[in-house]
Amino acid sequence: MLAVQGLTVAFPGRQGTFNAVEDVDLAVAAGEIHGLVGESGAGKSTIAAAITGLLPAPGIIAGGAIRLGETDLLALPFAARHATRGKRVSMIFQDPQTSLDPLMTIEAQLVETILAHEPALGRAAAWARAAALLGETGIRDPERRMQAYPHQFSGGMRQRVVIALALCTNPELVIADEPTTALDVAVQSQVLALIRRLVDERGIGMVLITHDIGVIAQVTDRVTVLRHGRVVEAGATADVLGNPQAAYTKSLLASIPRLDRRLPRFPLIADEERAPSASAGADAGALAEAWLKARPAGAGTHAAEALAVENLTVAFDGPRRAFFRKEPPIRAVDDVSLALPRGAVLGLVGESGSGKSTLAKAIMGLVQPSAGTMRHDGAALPPGRTRPRKHPSRRAIQMVFQDPFSSLNGRRRIGAILAEPLVLYGLEPDAGARARLVSSMLALVGLPTDAAERYPHQFSGGQRQRIAIGRALLARPDVLVCDEPTSALDVSIQAQVLNLLKDLQERFALSILFISHDLAVVRQMADRIAVMKDGRLVETGESEAFFAGPREPYSRNLLALTPVLSVKRPRAQAS
Amino acid sequence: MRAFLSQSEALHLLARSPLVIAAALVALLAIAGAALAPLIAPSDPYDLASFSLVDGLRPPAFLEGGDTRFLLGTDDQGRDMVSAILYGARLSLVIGLGALAFAAILGIGLGLAAGWIGGRFDALVMRIADVQLALPAILTALLVDGIARGLLPSGARDEVRIPVLVAAIGLSLWVDFARTARASTLRAKNEDYVQAAIAMGVHPARILFVEILPNVLGPLVVIATVDLASAILLEATLSFLGVGLPADAPSLGTLIRIGMQFLLSGEWWILWLPTAFLVALVVAINVMGDFLREIFDPRLR
Repeated sequence: MLAVQGLTVAFPGRQGTFNAVEDVDLAVAAGEIHGLVGESGAGKSTIAAAITGLLPAPGIIAGGAIRLGETDLLALPFAARHATRGKRVSMIFQDPQTSLDPLMTIEAQLVETILAHEPALGRAAAWARAAALLGETGIRDPERRMQAYPHQFSGGMRQRVVIALALCTNPELVIADEPTTALDVAVQSQVLALIRRLVDERGIGMVLITHDIGVIAQVTDRVTVLRHGRVVEAGATADVLGNPQAAYTKSLLASIPRLDRRLPRFPLIADEERAPSASAGADAGALAEAWLKARPAGAGTHAAEALAVENLTVAFDGPRRAFFRKEPPIRAVDDVSLALPRGAVLGLVGESGSGKSTLAKAIMGLVQPSAGTMRHDGAALPPGRTRPRKHPSRRAIQMVFQDPFSSLNGRRRIGAILAEPLVLYGLEPDAGARARLVSSMLALVGLPTDAAERYPHQFSGGQRQRIAIGRALLARPDVLVCDEPTSALDVSIQAQVLNLLKDLQERFALSILFISHDLAVVRQMADRIAVMKDGRLVETGESEAFFAGPREPYSRNLLALTPVLSVKRPRAQAS
Repeated sequence: MRAFLSQSEALHLLARSPLVIAAALVALLAIAGAALAPLIAPSDPYDLASFSLVDGLRPPAFLEGGDTRFLLGTDDQGRDMVSAILYGARLSLVIGLGALAFAAILGIGLGLAAGWIGGRFDALVMRIADVQLALPAILTALLVDGIARGLLPSGARDEVRIPVLVAAIGLSLWVDFARTARASTLRAKNEDYVQAAIAMGVHPARILFVEILPNVLGPLVVIATVDLASAILLEATLSFLGVGLPADAPSLGTLIRIGMQFLLSGEWWILWLPTAFLVALVVAINVMGDFLREIFDPRLR
């Protein structure tokens, strides 16, 4: 139904033309979900934009054909092409927050869209169809919910509305660009099930773009693996994932964290582009390694627990409803007690909004807890603003942030960023020795030593995260707090960064509080695990025992909903 | 982050906008002329002995009755217009740059501090800024000038003329800097790199000047160029109103005030030449300010 042949999308620039997509073939039949998978920069979204005519300037379709049914889209004049796409192709975007107009009711958006395409239908019929669609996408009591504004729906419900909006013109082809990336796992699996059902029932063709192979395994019939704008491998999902041919697909699959068992390291299958960086830096990193190992033993009491929080509560003021009336405070962290054993990795898991990051910030002294105590190495850790600037824990506890694009100051050279802890804590008074240590640390975290002269924007996300880890290590910490350190990264990069963290943890006996929403990642990293929900601790325990059989229903549910890499979806017998 | 442009990209943008090149040339010529005035001006307009009433009211050299000694004519005192304009522009630019520096230091300092400290201090500074905005710039300048006149003994007045003007103009321009610096600080405060610095225990002054300030410099540079034009105009206005510089040390504004007397008398050059110079300078600076804004904010491209 959709046939893309030899598609090439070019972005002409001053330094020459850049082909974001090169010679891509793609065929989607009715009632089929075709997955486009690849890491960032692979050209997935550019293909979607070329099909929908939403290519950002100065991009142009430099070659190939896009056929929709019998219509050759590129041969049509502009207006006709536009009209054809509007009628027959719909799009579902990643972020349901921004793809609905916040100032219009759902009713207005749906009815208006239907009438824009079928003016003859009449308002009453359009309304009826809109209500029926909302019901079909799983929104209860659709007639009443029609009057609601987007902000009155939760994220998952909003994405259902977006799907209804995409379907309201009865399109033949729907392009979904990362439709579940912004959602929590539980909601993600519901939305994916909904998408599968609608495609089967309505016989729509769908192109599903995602970076997440778990999603591909869960719903798609066929899959095309992309890299650098080219097709690496294509075929039926079961074949490609079960028996990958291309080296890139194999390495991609190998770097996905497994939920079923813990591996000592992620197997990194080197291909022509990814040189094994760790071995190259082994020599150059020796200085930093020796320096880290020579760190003086902690001044504390050598308690068995590197870090402990007891009955910690962080409450934020509720929104003011009237001058004298405030909502009750929001308890982001509610009476949590946790202990991080020395030299171990404690995985802290929970969905978004469960209070994981707030807990980390409280430990770092960045937010003020309203109750509870914290201890570092047996000694009391003053909370929030009462922690003196020169408190020893400021050096001994270091944090790695989630977003590597915001955690490094873009206006400072890498060398200056990394030297900061050395200067700040007076660890190395000599400037020459500092520079040598910095470049050795860069080698240790797998970066070229000339990186010190460059600025953060010259590095990719994974490289920046390595720099952030290097900065944390140069303070000679005993405790590392990692807040979703890899969730902004592609899976293959994630595997490298996680391997690096494991290496460093083992070599230097670091204690790590590892925060993540991804159970599979935590399984690979953690010795102990703690699950949080709505600010409360649900369950703690040894990692292996937890994954073998979680005690709490919430944990069991969370575990069951995490997509696993097995192609088991029974295909509905619609087509 | 996107404000990071390779130099070649800025040059490329520059090459595509002839208007900006022209503006840069005009500004460069005017500034060079003003800076080098003692070297290139035919005579010294401050030296009363160097000109005589005999040469008064000469039209520019290219007109009938013109004298090649006075390329753009003379005023009623026999003062060479070229020299008067170059020296006038020199004074105008010195005062403009001085006022700009005054406003920038005061505004950026207060803005950074207000954004960082927050709470009551922030509220206080920002309310003062609001009050300042409600007062027309010219009124602030007149007020400062008036207070200075009242406080200083009459003998000292002439010596502190320029510092008083700088303070008067600077005080009416600091708000823009303060607001921008505060807004950028508030945003940067929640960035992870600042949070990281706080958690590590870096001194607040170091966080403000090493981590935050370089990141807010882009918009501040743009404000600085636009405000430089405003400062020059404000100085001209004050001098025109007679509260700026006196007739024996004329700035561009003073020259325009003097020229006003000849508006309808046929000696047009006394008024229009300094005016045209002032307009060209201010427009050129503004065009360059817009260009800088484009470089620092790629969304406008």
